[in-house]
Amino acid sequence: MAQSFPEDVLEHVFSFLNYDKDRNAVSLVCKSWYEIERLCRRRIFIGNCYAVSSEIVIRRFPDVRAVELKGKPHFADFNLVPEGWGGYVYPWIVSLARAYPWLEEIKLKRMVVTDESLELISKSFKNYKVLVLLSCEGFTTDGLASIAANCRNLRELDLGESEVEDLSGHWLSHFPDNCTSLVSLNISCLGSEVSFCALERLVARCPNLKTLRLNRAVPLEKLPNLLCRAPQLVELGTGAYSAEIQSDIFSNLAEAFLGCKQLKGLSGFWDVVPAYLPAMYSVCSRITSLNLSYATAQNPDLVHFVSQCSNLQRLWVLDYIEDTGLEALAASCKDLHELRVFPSDPFDAEANVSLTEQGLVAVSEGCPKLQSVLYFCRQMSNAALVAIARNRPNMIRFRLCIIEPRAPDYLTLEPLDTGFGAIVENCKELRRLSMSGLLTDRVFEYIGTHAKKLEMLSIAFAGDSDSGLHHVLSGCESLRKLEIRDCPFGDKALLANATKLETMRSLWMSSCSVSFGACKLLGQKMPRLNVEVINERGLPDSRPESCPVEKLYVYRTIAGPRVDMPGFVWTMDEHVSSRLSRVTERRGD
Amino acid sequence: MERSLAYENDLSNLEATELRLGLPGTDESEKQSSRNNKRSSAEMDNSCEKDEQECAPAPKAQVVGWPPVRSYRKNVLHQKNESELSGMFVKVSMDGAPYLRKIDLKVYKNYQDLLKVLENMFKCSIGVYSEREGYNGSEFAPTYEDKDGDWMLVGDVPWDMFITSCKRLRIMKGSEAKGLGCL
Repeated sequence: MAQSFPEDVLEHVFSFLNYDKDRNAVSLVCKSWYEIERLCRRRIFIGNCYAVSSEIVIRRFPDVRAVELKGKPHFADFNLVPEGWGGYVYPWIVSLARAYPWLEEIKLKRMVVTDESLELISKSFKNYKVLVLLSCEGFTTDGLASIAANCRNLRELDLGESEVEDLSGHWLSHFPDNCTSLVSLNISCLGSEVSFCALERLVARCPNLKTLRLNRAVPLEKLPNLLCRAPQLVELGTGAYSAEIQSDIFSNLAEAFLGCKQLKGLSGFWDVVPAYLPAMYSVCSRITSLNLSYATAQNPDLVHFVSQCSNLQRLWVLDYIEDTGLEALAASCKDLHELRVFPSDPFDAEANVSLTEQGLVAVSEGCPKLQSVLYFCRQMSNAALVAIARNRPNMIRFRLCIIEPRAPDYLTLEPLDTGFGAIVENCKELRRLSMSGLLTDRVFEYIGTHAKKLEMLSIAFAGDSDSGLHHVLSGCESLRKLEIRDCPFGDKALLANATKLETMRSLWMSSCSVSFGACKLLGQKMPRLNVEVINERGLPDSRPESCPVEKLYVYRTIAGPRVDMPGFVWTMDEHVSSRLSRVTERRGD
Repeated sequence: MERSLAYENDLSNLEATELRLGLPGTDESEKQSSRNNKRSSAEMDNSCEKDEQECAPAPKAQVVGWPPVRSYRKNVLHQKNESELSGMFVKVSMDGAPYLRKIDLKVYKNYQDLLKVLENMFKCSIGVYSEREGYNGSEFAPTYEDKDGDWMLVGDVPWDMFITSCKRLRIMKGSEAKGLGCL
């Protein structure tokens, strides 16, 4: 049938397909297309490292150059996944090292990475180029030293917001003198000081360096030294942005920034001294991405600086910006796509700043391209949410966190069902939603009815009964990830929608009302799901079937139950009854 | 909001009847009472992080993982707060004294307080600062080493700038300090 095109022509055509979705579609057309495609796929994305085994991946795709893996579920970011749960990358690295000597890129998110893994990476691949570790943990600066020393052609080293055991800053000096290939370096998460001389020389000899994110320990006075040696930088993360007020420091800084004509993104700004913000005025009009979420500057300094950036597309900022600052933002930054406002004092019930729903409404009115929002605040109203929904039907990501759990509409004291309902009804392209505040089952009815493109939903302290969960699982056709905490959802909705779970990447439920018995049933019914129960308090002594589980993580997989679970995690499947009884015996000591 | 108020009232009632070794009238902030739950110091391993969010300064009971702020972000903001709470200890030497002392600069509000304490600690007289004359006429003059390694006369710069740039103090004999006082 498809004999008309020779293989290499098809292969050439396929080489223009970069998105996984497209390649997956192509491989379903017919057997020969499947074969051709699998031999020429170079990039693999695995959204859940336990959904597939490395053997299966390697068998299907023999010549891969870039691998991206994600480990722990998203709620691990908020300490809801206990230490030792899993997400170990080492076994993957061992397999990849054996199968793909020409592997160039590894990107990991929320995985446990050891120094051993890093050393293996640094020694196994002949042309290794890119290492990105986002929100990872388990390694020390010794592991980084191996990477620096052994990867001759390293282009990108991005440590994201990983937790690194910082033994010393000496690792950076392991980059050999003939390493000139760096394009991107992000060490912002590291605590200790790296040798500034070594850093300066490294920056000076890498002419293609486009992204440089320094750590807090790099002093502001030294920043001009780096900028002068890298005027081609596109993205800069400063170190601590503070120094004694001295005119020569200021003028050096201003002059150095003047030379950076390509600069588009800024971040860093720890311990910011507002008097030094104007040193960056020469670059402000070109800035499209600004991360001030560690900058404890207040208004008017803060808003004055932000308003200079008329071409801003992405702004991350602390709530020190206040409503007045956001109103100014709405007036001056008409190209804004994404806004994230983080809380400066998340654990204080009282507001320390004047940031309310008004700020967000103002931005939704003034910024026609706004499509991505993450907003922490202490009060919200249905009226505001309805206004936002009507202003911005182009919204794609909407994440709202009202700090007090179950907080009602502060004007009417009603639940916020209507408000969030308006969001899902008006924003037809909505892909991600996080809700908070007082919410009943009704909001889930709206979501199930309208949120047809929704891929990820986060729910906390919401709903009245199982019908809430049922609306979501039965109505949201595009749902891939669902994470729920502290909601009265139980067995009924879960079991009634068991098959839905195979169409999703994962479901997380913690502090809900799902029983052991239901988990067992689900695991037995659905062999292609791993139904993992996390119970740190061990197994219940009496009436285990009806006891609620602490945490439940369900994900589809073709790799079967995993073998690296700690003692407080059980996979509920056909074999679980015997395993459970063995464990309760062991627990008797 | 009402919940936290009630909690605070309970706390203050408890304090009135509490048996403790402090002097009557000394203030024990809520921050301290919640911090007692935390295992001692920063030398502990990373597993302390879970405790950290349970010991945040607010009097309200903490819910694990709420609000959903990443540990990384919390740590960075906390670092700022912690540095405000921890001391700023510097060594103090005096010419002729057999050993050095250490004081916490954060405890003092201004130069007056600091000089008074130094005078008491070393049983010396430092006198009064003047911009023109320094401490001329005094038996002793206080000096300090700044971030650049230079020895400066105490009192020239604003207090806030002083405490961030002072690395150590040295109380010099007045006769030796004469040179510093001249502009």
